[in-house]
Amino acid sequence: MYKILEKQVFSPIIKLMVIAAPRVAKKCQPGQFVILRTHEEGERIPLTIADFDRQKGTVTIVFQEVGKTTRQLGALEAGDCVRDFVGPLGTPSHIENFGTVVCVGGGVGVAPVFPIARAYKEAGNHVIGIMGARTKELMFWEDKMREACSELFVTTDDGSYVRKGFVTDVLQEVIEDRGKEQIALVLAIGPQPMMRACCNLTKEYGLKTIVSLNSLMVDGTGMCGCCRVTVSGQTKFVCVDGPEFDGHQVDFAELARRNAFFLAEEKLSAQRWEESRKSAGCGCGCRCGGGH
Amino acid sequence: MTEETKGQKKKIIPKKNPMPAQDPAERIKNFHEVALGYTEEAALAEAERCLQCKKAPCRQGCPVEVDIPAFIKLVAEKDFAGAIKKIKEKNALPAVCGRVCPQENQCEKYCTMGKKNEPVAIGRLERFCADWELAKGVLPQEVAPPTGFKVAVVGSGPGGLTCAADLAKLGHQVTIFEALHVPGGVLMYGIPEFRLPKRVVQAEIENLKKLGVKIEVNAVVGKFATIDELMEEEGFDAVYIGTGAGLPYFMNIPGENSCGVYSANEFLTRTNLMKAYLFPEWDTPIKIGRKVAVLGGGNVAMDAARTALRLGAEESWIVYRRSKNELPARHEEVEHAIEEGVKFAFLTSPTRILADENGQVKAMECLRYELGEPDASGRRSPVPIPGSEFTMEVDTVVVAIGQGPNPLVPRTTRGLEVTRKGNIVADPATGATSKPGVFAGGDVVTGAATVILAMGAGRVAAKSIHAYLMNKKEQA
Ligand SMILES: Cc1cc2nc3c(=O)[nH]c(=O)nc-3n(C[C@H](O)[C@H](O)[C@H](O)COP(=O)(O)OP(=O)(O)OC[C@H]3O[C@@H](n4cnc5c(N)ncnc54)[C@H](O)[C@@H]3O)c2cc1C
Ligand SMILES: Cc1cc2nc3c(=O)[nH]c(=O)nc-3n(C[C@H](O)[C@H](O)[C@H](O)COP(=O)(O)OP(=O)(O)OC[C@H]3O[C@@H](n4cnc5c(N)ncnc54)[C@H](O)[C@@H]3O)c2cc1C
Ligand code: SF4
Ligand code: FES
Repeated sequence: MYKILEKQVFSPIIKLMVIAAPRVAKKCQPGQFVILRTHEEGERIPLTIADFDRQKGTVTIVFQEVGKTTRQLGALEAGDCVRDFVGPLGTPSHIENFGTVVCVGGGVGVAPVFPIARAYKEAGNHVIGIMGARTKELMFWEDKMREACSELFVTTDDGSYVRKGFVTDVLQEVIEDRGKEQIALVLAIGPQPMMRACCNLTKEYGLKTIVSLNSLMVDGTGMCGCCRVTVSGQTKFVCVDGPEFDGHQVDFAELARRNAFFLAEEKLSAQRWEESRKSAGCGCGCRCGGGH
Repeated sequence: MTEETKGQKKKIIPKKNPMPAQDPAERIKNFHEVALGYTEEAALAEAERCLQCKKAPCRQGCPVEVDIPAFIKLVAEKDFAGAIKKIKEKNALPAVCGRVCPQENQCEKYCTMGKKNEPVAIGRLERFCADWELAKGVLPQEVAPPTGFKVAVVGSGPGGLTCAADLAKLGHQVTIFEALHVPGGVLMYGIPEFRLPKRVVQAEIENLKKLGVKIEVNAVVGKFATIDELMEEEGFDAVYIGTGAGLPYFMNIPGENSCGVYSANEFLTRTNLMKAYLFPEWDTPIKIGRKVAVLGGGNVAMDAARTALRLGAEESWIVYRRSKNELPARHEEVEHAIEEGVKFAFLTSPTRILADENGQVKAMECLRYELGEPDASGRRSPVPIPGSEFTMEVDTVVVAIGQGPNPLVPRTTRGLEVTRKGNIVADPATGATSKPGVFAGGDVVTGAATVILAMGAGRVAAKSIHAYLMNKKEQA
């Protein structure tokens, strides 16, 4: 059992949790992830390590509630436990002094971008951060990003905060403004359509772009092959070969199809969850009968 | 056998006492165990079939040399406690082995009775004894006084469990590190409930805990710590690596990443470990469609094909490049699969998987094969027949053509020699690797093999680890 030490609610669907997991905290690197299970009957889901504290032995996760498991997780409170928490998984980000790096975070993707941007900056890079959200209320960690980056651009799709525009609009402006020769690398993490759009844009400029893929997973250790994607025409396992890949080589269409494979089952699970919540009060799976 | 009957000519009963089993029509609708186990009556009758041969050829067929005639004699004498004790002198997991060992290639292959008649059902008797003990509650085993040495066991498959048990009994402090959220290895995530009930595996693991073995789940060695760090920073004096062969092989044919193509590991892990057959009560889903094709012919393939039926497939096919005679699966599994209505496409292999516009599998393009000259394994090798292309419509494809060792531990351990295929190099007589204090065994050394071989390797390594530690003590 792994205790939730702290919970922050960024918006009704985006939440942060600090989890006591000394073994993970001791060794994790930017770019790595964990797999967790909330309860015995639960699914194993991957979440990126958004921050960590080696002294305190804690790992921070930030997640968006999209289906049954993330909603169930979101219903837990500080003091509750998650049943399983395994990591650090995946290959860490490749960090060196490249020169100037642009780090783009879309939506909940800001969380995984943060530790990588911080590590780039610590390695001596000039880090240009771009963070975007659909609307103001989904925006979080602007302060942390400002610290992690050398300069930061913020945008909202609907213009409810700072400016109106997609992260790709800002990315294009930055590339045009600084000149593509001045930029060594782009990192883009967020929803798949966003990462794909960033890659399409940077391809035109010939700018190498790293993305972090969110395939379906089961074990996260290379044992099942559920997470396979095609990169440069070859099959790779996201959980061990990734999650970061050269975005220009990724078959995004195949990834989107594979991620949609269990759509009907996911819908059914989410629906049952909502119903159980209505009838049981609390419904977080704790079987407290609505008591906490 | 009583004194009076000894020496008298025994009445030969040509056939094994049949194993009671769930009716095929019924069992394909559930995940309960298929083979129900001998009654006491059947066990006694079967034990009476044993000739108590002096040379006991059966014993030579057993990889861990269980004293088979001795335990069978005790069964015949109704001394079941004595019988299980006799088995456990050599075999730490009899409830598992009695169910999943390929007896027809081992003990029963060499049984004298088997020359003219059916061999003695040694496996069924072993299971009977083990189940008798489980039902009664296993007696606590003796543990030697603490030695002060700490041993790490990486991986909790049959090899790791055996090694841990033996070392704990010798007084060493053992911690098992397991990557998944439950211990047991393939016994938990691979072999289905209907063949090896998970309560049997967990009962063995409870016994281990009673011996004082610590089990850390959710602990991927090479990630949270390397073997070197376990030894240098966490004070482990020796390490046993039993990480198995968990890396799934694919065919490398076009279309293999279509939706509806699973590795057998994914298919079985979703079903067994994550209990997808209980979806939506349990959260992990699985989807199979109407018609399932399983590629391969081993135990893994049989398990996948039979699992598919239980998940509701209308048709479940084994697609195998060779013929029925070459099927590497246990006889009993093939028979059970046939009884349950699994269909077989022998001498067939796909060349391409076809998908619809949503990326969902709809068919396989296949070639037919004929058997040619024997290959290195001694089996006749399949040769494709030119122009024999045909299409097989399927909704789901499960690839069960083998597994290799997971490279994580070898890659992160300094000075650990591996073969070209990535298997850890270990001395079969001792389990010693190229790295001092580090021992290995089971599938990670041999490639995908059997439960009993992994168990035997764990036992051999435990002996060597003990000797290594005692030697270390003397030198200190
Ligand atoms: C390496 C990795 C790191 C990740 N890090 C984070 C993170 O830091 N924060 C976070 O919020 N999420 C992250 N994800 C995605 C997260 O794992 C999924 O959102 C989660 O598994 C959904 O589970 P669920 O039961 O709530 O929803 P489900 O019922 O499984 O899905 C509900 C809906 O979400 C979609 N969906 C499911 N899985 C994914 C996915 N992997 N990517 C995109 N859409 C998906 C489904 O298509 C469906 O529409 C990461 C995924 C990977 C592979
Ligand atoms: C579906 C299926 C059916 C089978 N049927 C039979 C049968 O009927 N009869 C038979 O005799 N054999 C059968 N086998 C083969 C048999 O199960 C294996 O040979 C045996 O389990 C190997 O044991 P092992 O101890 O080497 O490791 P495994 O059982 O493979 O266990 C290895 C364990 O190590 C863990 N691990 C891996 N890497 C790490 C790491 N880095 N850190 C921590 N833990 C790690 C894994 O999660 C796993 O739990 C079958 C195999 C499968 C897959
Ligand atoms: S070979 Fe067969 S008959 Fe002879 S002792 Fe062994 S089990 Fe009994
Ligand atoms: S999640 Fe199983 S191999 Fe990657």
